[in-house]
Amino acid sequence: MTAVATPSAASTALYDIPGPLARRRHLLYGAVATVLIAALVAWVVYLLFDTHQFTAQKWDPFTYKGIQELLLRGLGNTLKAFAYAAVFSLALGGVLATARLSAHRPVRWLATLLVEFFRAMPVLVMIFFVFVALKVQPLPALVTGLTLYNGSVLAEVFRTGVNTVDRGQREAAYSLGMRKTQVMTHVLVPQALRAMLPTIISQLVVALKDTSLGFLITYEEFLHAGKLIAGNLDYGLPFIPVVMIISPIYIGMCMLLSWLAHWVAKRQRRSLKTEAVEVAAAEPGTLLPGAGEHQPRIPHSPDGPKSVE
Amino acid sequence: MNVLTDNLSLYGKGLLGTVELTVYASLLALVLGFLMASFRVAPVGSLRAFGTVWVTVLRNTPLTLLFFAVLLGLPRFGVVLPFQLFAVLALGCYTSAFICEAVRAGINTVPTGQGEAARSLGMTFTQTLGSVVLPQAFRSVIPPVGSTLIALAKNSAIAGSFSVTELLGTYKTLNELGYSIIWSFVWIAVGYLIVTLTISAVFNVLEKRWGVAR
Repeated sequence: MTAVATPSAASTALYDIPGPLARRRHLLYGAVATVLIAALVAWVVYLLFDTHQFTAQKWDPFTYKGIQELLLRGLGNTLKAFAYAAVFSLALGGVLATARLSAHRPVRWLATLLVEFFRAMPVLVMIFFVFVALKVQPLPALVTGLTLYNGSVLAEVFRTGVNTVDRGQREAAYSLGMRKTQVMTHVLVPQALRAMLPTIISQLVVALKDTSLGFLITYEEFLHAGKLIAGNLDYGLPFIPVVMIISPIYIGMCMLLSWLAHWVAKRQRRSLKTEAVEVAAAEPGTLLPGAGEHQPRIPHSPDGPKSVE
Repeated sequence: MNVLTDNLSLYGKGLLGTVELTVYASLLALVLGFLMASFRVAPVGSLRAFGTVWVTVLRNTPLTLLFFAVLLGLPRFGVVLPFQLFAVLALGCYTSAFICEAVRAGINTVPTGQGEAARSLGMTFTQTLGSVVLPQAFRSVIPPVGSTLIALAKNSAIAGSFSVTELLGTYKTLNELGYSIIWSFVWIAVGYLIVTLTISAVFNVLEKRWGVAR
């Protein structure tokens, strides 16, 4: 099993190292695919021009200071909702995880019930419930919904993290005479947090993306500001220009955070402090709701477990 | 309590709408996701780049923004389709990025030796893929695909706010009819639990049957 690093398909079970003939064939496929993709892009650009999306009338509004401020205010509100949701869901996640790891059975059951319920519910149902039934302002409703959902998922992430720390660590700590709380706070949790940091950040990306749900309950966030501009007849209903301005900013923010998760994952994997625990991949928590704790993990795959439970 | 019995047909229609959205979007997501995964492991550079861009962009797009762009933006191109189809398109494309990553991760968990052994037995590319690599990848892909599809079912609630008939949207009608909001939400929650727990159960059975015992 010599490590062969071909430029195209490094260490995959799918291909041999391509010979001259195969390389030529791949080059041909590449050329055809490039032409097809270029044609697709060209067609989209043509459509954009054909439907007059680049006329001055539709782009003019973005030069006005008022509109720029409207967009910035929207962005600020999005970030504000995200900040609240992130802090609260980390806190809730910590509490629920502690409860699920508790030695008292009723506490454990209650926490399990809550976590499973909130994870099985669409976030939007919770947000709407708080907004419509409890008649709360949009921002608290949005933050509550996001907190309940992401907090429950984070609780599972924390718990998985604690459970994946090598058993020897726990046993060694107990045999030193530490009590359960000490074992947790001094031994297990620090290692678990390190290992789960990529997953935690990835879950925060989910929270950031979901702040856009505030749009549906008329919270004045980024997308809402966009809608206001897009629905303006004076500017010729600039839906496409608005999407073209908003999406790169939104996607850019999420990408930046995702990238941070990947960077952290790489860094933690190299760290000496994660030797007794496997660093999770930078993916949001994805455990099937209702599934027990006995799902197979994928051990020692090149970059950590792919399915984070 | 009588919210449910009085409005059984309304709830039924909503639940059916959610199930339809979920099923159609799942099919689209599975097909597109598989296609994109094959692009991402292909020996052709431009296809790999296309797959990577597709996955990176869609995974980092808020679904509401995608709905906004597809349901309100595409009609500006003169594309006029029923809202439900638009919703399936948005949901399916969004989820396909996650399916793609799950499938790709599954393929990557198959040890290199398996493919090498298959090839050294003289198997062709199709044979290697079809009878050695994919069956093994399939096993480790079951749980992540399951949770992705559950996420899809939950995400379909967004469609309700874009005038597609589905479960969450029923609260509006019930609210106007003057029923207790809390109870109408309780039954909506039960509906979603039925959908998500069914998918979860199906995938747990699949997992028991074909999952890798490790």
